[in-house]
Amino acid sequence: MLDTLPLPIDVSELEPEGPVITPLKRGRRSETIKAAGPWHLMAAKFLRHRIAVAAATVIVLLYLVGLFAEFLAPSLPDTSRPQYTFAPPQTIRLFAPKPGGGTQFLPHVDGYKIEIDKVALRRTFVPDRTKIVPIGFFVPGPAYKLWGLIPMNRHLIGPVNSYQPMYLLGADRLGRDLFSRLIYATRVSMSIGLVGVAMSLILGVVLGAVSGFYGGWVDTLIQRLIEVVSAMPTIPLWLGLAAAIPLTWSPLHVYFIITLIVSLLGWTSLAREVRGRFLALRQEDFVVAAKLDGASEGRLIFRHILPSLTSHILAVVTLAVPTMIVAETSLSFLGIGLKPPVVSWGVLLQDAQNVRTVATAPWLLMWPALAVVVAVLAFNFFGDGLRDAADPYGH
Amino acid sequence: MDQLSPDIVLSVRDLSIDFQLRTHILHAVRHVAFDLKRGSTLALVGESGSGKSVSARALLRIVDQPGRVVGGLLLLRDTTGEVDIAKLNPQSRAMRDIRGRRIALIFQEPMSSLSPVHTIGSQITEAISVHAKISAARAREKTIELLRQVEIPNPETMIDRYTFEFSGGMRQRAMIAMALSGNPEVLIADEPTTALDVTTQAEILDLIKRLQTQRGMAMLLITHDMGIVAEVADEVAVMRFGRIVEQGAVDDIFHRPAHPYTRQLLASTVKLEEARNRPQTPAQPAPILSVRGLTKVYDKSRGLFARRAAGVRAVDDASFDLFPGENLGIVGESGSGKTTLGRLILRTEEPTSGTVTYRAKDGSSTEVTALGKLAMAQFHRDVRLVFQDPFASLNPRLTVKQVIGDPLVINRIATGKELDDRVAGLMQLVGLDPLMMERFPHAFSGGQRQRIGIARALALEPRIVIADEATSALDVSIRAQILDLLLDIRSRVGLSFIFISHDISVVRYFCDRVAVMYRGRIVEIGGVEQICTSPREAYTQSLISAVPNPNPREKRMLHRQRFNAVAA
Repeated sequence: MLDTLPLPIDVSELEPEGPVITPLKRGRRSETIKAAGPWHLMAAKFLRHRIAVAAATVIVLLYLVGLFAEFLAPSLPDTSRPQYTFAPPQTIRLFAPKPGGGTQFLPHVDGYKIEIDKVALRRTFVPDRTKIVPIGFFVPGPAYKLWGLIPMNRHLIGPVNSYQPMYLLGADRLGRDLFSRLIYATRVSMSIGLVGVAMSLILGVVLGAVSGFYGGWVDTLIQRLIEVVSAMPTIPLWLGLAAAIPLTWSPLHVYFIITLIVSLLGWTSLAREVRGRFLALRQEDFVVAAKLDGASEGRLIFRHILPSLTSHILAVVTLAVPTMIVAETSLSFLGIGLKPPVVSWGVLLQDAQNVRTVATAPWLLMWPALAVVVAVLAFNFFGDGLRDAADPYGH
Repeated sequence: MDQLSPDIVLSVRDLSIDFQLRTHILHAVRHVAFDLKRGSTLALVGESGSGKSVSARALLRIVDQPGRVVGGLLLLRDTTGEVDIAKLNPQSRAMRDIRGRRIALIFQEPMSSLSPVHTIGSQITEAISVHAKISAARAREKTIELLRQVEIPNPETMIDRYTFEFSGGMRQRAMIAMALSGNPEVLIADEPTTALDVTTQAEILDLIKRLQTQRGMAMLLITHDMGIVAEVADEVAVMRFGRIVEQGAVDDIFHRPAHPYTRQLLASTVKLEEARNRPQTPAQPAPILSVRGLTKVYDKSRGLFARRAAGVRAVDDASFDLFPGENLGIVGESGSGKTTLGRLILRTEEPTSGTVTYRAKDGSSTEVTALGKLAMAQFHRDVRLVFQDPFASLNPRLTVKQVIGDPLVINRIATGKELDDRVAGLMQLVGLDPLMMERFPHAFSGGQRQRIGIARALALEPRIVIADEATSALDVSIRAQILDLLLDIRSRVGLSFIFISHDISVVRYFCDRVAVMYRGRIVEIGGVEQICTSPREAYTQSLISAVPNPNPREKRMLHRQRFNAVAA
């Protein structure tokens, strides 16, 4: 077989204009990719990252929960009912026995019956299948003001008779509904991250850009500042600053100050990142070209350098949100962050600080911790996806 | 079975390699066949993306993911029989024995293919001991012997040096020594000299050629440079889009090319011998740009804790004139200061001393080195820069219209409809379809991107364009197109060019006068004919004679003149 050499070449054969390919997928035409802008390419690349898309969905859901907390929660976060201290979680049942025999469709949860533990001399709650607490959607319940503005009393889900107990995730020491508190906490915990990140974003981008673009003594000064800030031992500093907050301030004020403190220390890594990118991009040919075109410094920064950075900044910011969430949680857990009556995941975890409580009511630890883990993981996956998609021209 | 001539070491039959990408399968190599003969060199020629490197890597079974050899035979023969490499497991012991011991590879980048944290000697010794069980002392002896063979001076001391102490050419020699350590029968050289200067290239090719003849190795030389092919190869295979379109003896390929693509490739190869028929530019008494005594000294160490050290004179006392309508070439090897010279004229780097005098349209002359910010902006409108890298020089976030129109917008020359018309006109001038102005740079090929860069430079109707290696990142055929485009534009709009290049053949094609730079100094300046045919300076002579000649009947490189740098 190996005797014909060299292989005959047909010169007249029509030459293909370009490399030979066999398309695998239909639909996405190369023409549309050619005409697509960078944001288009980024979106396309991000959507291919399945976990990141799932994480993004989770994040959106969490924010929706936070946004409509009052409506979604069956009761108010502060309504305490001491008669239901540490009531265990209930299960939702769809069918209930008819009074005359047989079953009927009746969504309900079981009521409680109290048993006295003769040894420990303690009241414990046991779900009682004979007591039926009918539940329903859009039921009238405790009155609230949506976003502090619109007076309403409908809740997405709740007991039909609002005085009956419904504790889907159990109750805490004061008989407050953990499910409702968790929903309210989502609003605070998810937004404290956002406010903090937004503030460190502004600080980080501005200082990083100035440092990287101008270089020289400006750069040296800012870099030393960053080093000093990152050398601060954070927890003692937080302790000190938190102690300095006047006790008379409203929880909202405290909340705001805590955000400020967290972000004042959190901008350094972003500033470093931005500075590094600026240093690299300042040397890029296209920036030199723009400079030779006569572009002013502002135009160089805002039209030529920053747009190449936005995607990276987005990714860094997304990865900074979970850090903020964890910081808030740990601060509040230590008792120097948010304090009751504000409800956040950290404040909820504060209730689960001693082993006795955890042994009696494990749900007080489990659900808030799970919420933190889910939120942090979602942000991390989302950030990873964004970072991969951030450079649409990479391989 | 054995009808083949006995001197064939490796025969490739019907080799096909596919890259399974996300949206499509790329058939990178299609039914490629060639033979490698003992003591003979086959050159695999093609432009980027033609599949030449992938084919060579398939011989060692080191094709990168997601590439896959999907068909064909790779028969490696010796006295006992033959092995089909294509059927071996890439990780198997048998394959590892073939790599290095029977087939060796020299990479393109001597900078990145040697480890920076080991000595040169230890890397070669390791390669030796992988294939032969010998004592450390014996391996060291062999390494020194190999270094001597690749003509590294003082091999006994150089063996303990680190990679960074070696120059590019020396590193490539060390790479060759490493490749030879297993005493291979087949040597694959993948663009072995592309990263090197032309004089170093000549030395390395010379060395490879001699070693190959001495050892009777078969060589597969992968290159895009027809000049190198003519100088070194015995046989040539021309690849295009994964197929070998033409294959034959070197003389036939160069003098009787059959395939239209081969003819096109040869036609676009710029030859040093051929002068372009250029219109005689009328003698202009007043130069448009006069550079006098321009010098740039880089302090090697600066800062708080650094001791004062002697500076590097990147550009040393450069003086020349540029006349209106003239193309001035600046040639030199890497590190000769030619790029810095261009940047000094534009003052993107501040000169240490010297003057640059620019004569404006109205006849008034200005001293560029003393200009303030505003006047500098005016100067930058008249003197524009075209960059080397067509990928880095276009902002990926802006559309082509924004890229080309940016100088017009900044200088408040045109807006709205007028801007669109101006950009469309510029795109037509550089041979691009104005309908594509809303696209982003990633949709364009390297050559098209370079056209966009040129359009941007021309947007402000400049009088001087400084082209810094504007064609060196491009494929041969594209390079010829861009050069012709620039010449065409010059005749239409009346421009002067300062054309900075390491490639003297391109300079001869493009320029009227040439300045030759060496170690920061302009060693010779004169008409392009005079420099290329009868250079006066020894350095220029060595530079000219080292340029590969794309004509196998007149090999020049092997009879080149050497220039002893110490004597200079």
